Amino acid sequence: MIHLGTLHATLVALGGAPKSIVNLDRPGHYVHWHFIQISVANLIVIASMVAVFLLAILVPFPGHRSKGGQTDG
Amino acid sequence: MADDPVAADDDFVEPVTKTTGDPADAKMWTARLRRRIVQAFPPDRLLPDRQPAYVASWIYVFGVATVAALVVVIVTGCILAIKGPQWWHVSTVGHFVNSCHLWSVELFFFAMVIHLWGKFFMGAWRGRRAMTWIIGGVTFLGSIVTAFTGYISQTNFDSQWISTQAKDGINATGGGALFDVLNFGQMLMWHITLMPIVVVLLTAWHVLLVRRRGVVPPYPARAPRGATPMPGVAQ
Amino acid sequence: MFGSPDEPALTLKNWSTADPADFVASAAKELAGTSFVANYGPPYNNSVGAVQRLGPFHLPDILGVRIPINTAKDFVLGPLGSQPGPRALSSALATYVAASTSQQQAWANAYANNTLNPDGSTRVTFVNGKVVMPPGNYGPVAVLMQQETQIARSGALDQALITPTGFYTTDYTRPSLFLADGGWFATQGQNQNLTGTQWGMMNETGSYPGQAWLWLYTMLYQIPPYNSTWAANADVDVWFTMVVLTGLLIFVPFIPGLRSIPRLTRVYRLIWRKHYRLIEQPAPGP
Repeated sequence: MIHLGTLHATLVALGGAPKSIVNLDRPGHYVHWHFIQISVANLIVIASMVAVFLLAILVPFPGHRSKGGQTDG
Repeated sequence: MADDPVAADDDFVEPVTKTTGDPADAKMWTARLRRRIVQAFPPDRLLPDRQPAYVASWIYVFGVATVAALVVVIVTGCILAIKGPQWWHVSTVGHFVNSCHLWSVELFFFAMVIHLWGKFFMGAWRGRRAMTWIIGGVTFLGSIVTAFTGYISQTNFDSQWISTQAKDGINATGGGALFDVLNFGQMLMWHITLMPIVVVLLTAWHVLLVRRRGVVPPYPARAPRGATPMPGVAQ
Repeated sequence: MFGSPDEPALTLKNWSTADPADFVASAAKELAGTSFVANYGPPYNNSVGAVQRLGPFHLPDILGVRIPINTAKDFVLGPLGSQPGPRALSSALATYVAASTSQQQAWANAYANNTLNPDGSTRVTFVNGKVVMPPGNYGPVAVLMQQETQIARSGALDQALITPTGFYTTDYTRPSLFLADGGWFATQGQNQNLTGTQWGMMNETGSYPGQAWLWLYTMLYQIPPYNSTWAANADVDVWFTMVVLTGLLIFVPFIPGLRSIPRLTRVYRLIWRKHYRLIEQPAPGP
């Protein structure tokens, strides 16, 4: 059984901003390219969205029983 | 024995009635509604065990991932609602819950946009599925309004800044007269009551439509090599 | 693991303490009726100069003034009248209110115009808790501005602006408008890369990702014609464009050409490649 105090202490440890594994409270970095200005954080989000989309299309989906003994190529 | 109440309880079997009901009641609104629901959503269509063989790509994961993220958004939002809008500024636990709320929202949009791209490239509106696409699009819009009112309800510099900037855009459309982004109470109500209801209902409608019409089948294939071309098969 | 940003909200107390000269200059403009908000138009007031138009239509005029703001009364005279102050304040208020509108304008404009040098640098200094202005014919306005700064620095102005209708309040329209009218608040946003010209709408304080899904909306503000020939009506033009684009997205299934993109790009052949491989394999030989 999880002791409530332990749970609370864990949450406190996780929630404290300076104790975050990745500290995002520092001033942000920005990329300028012609008229485009974007924060590195947003750029990472958008780039990984495109990357994940491409992976989702390209990476074979496992565990599918194909008819006729076909397997993933 | 019959005179033993415990045994009698054990023997009790809940009677299962046919969904068609008693023919004498067929015209009652309950019976009519039930017939329509069962017709549109027979249990095996509402909760199917298997999907067609062509449903075999990671791209199919992102719809349900969006719903999963929405569940986390709502649960963390409920915790924040229980404690009130200022709690997370003063409590480390509150800050943790707020962080979960923020990042589940980021994941929600992340998964939703990939879902949208995937469905676009599948042409998923084909075969009487246009309404599914439209409701999905409206849900996306509703989510943006929800997130926006959420950003304004943070009660910190970010919400001050966003609201004072956004007022000019919204006022220019004339909408500012009714939707005052500088009125914290109004924005909070939109964020924690109206918009969640709208988004959850739209999501439910969207998912039910997917169940009703089924996932979109692939575009017609090229005719197998060496076979006689068939009508209706793209070359 | 990543946390979430939480920069504390700013107050008029912060502003008037950190940059009293900017605060005084802004407050004088609110009193003179020459500030941005004073000339905003609907939904705040009936000013017409800044109202944006969509083609021939002034959309804000349709619903009209729904959140009336009189910057002189709501931001300066009202709060000053609600506070206990020295006798000089009540007599200055009485003199100002009793004067003709043109006299009020003359005093307030003289004060507001004297807060800045022609190059935009401030002429206001703040010495021992007192606002010091170059000499001029300000009438009672000098005392009013002195007291306005005083109650702002004590925090009383923050309260006075949200509680004119009573004890309970959830409406921060007035203090937000006042705060955003000053140069100091804009500088705070600028420092965090949050202004409109910095694509600020999709940005967040610190290094956090923001509302990245607003990328298209905020991008339109950065490109012609929205930032050139249409700049005067940029907000409503961008909104109108977004409504059209959103319509296109939602009604893709019915728009010829657009709805054929997935069929023509053939990305679907990648998604369902296993399916096509199965059904397109060569027919068994004879």
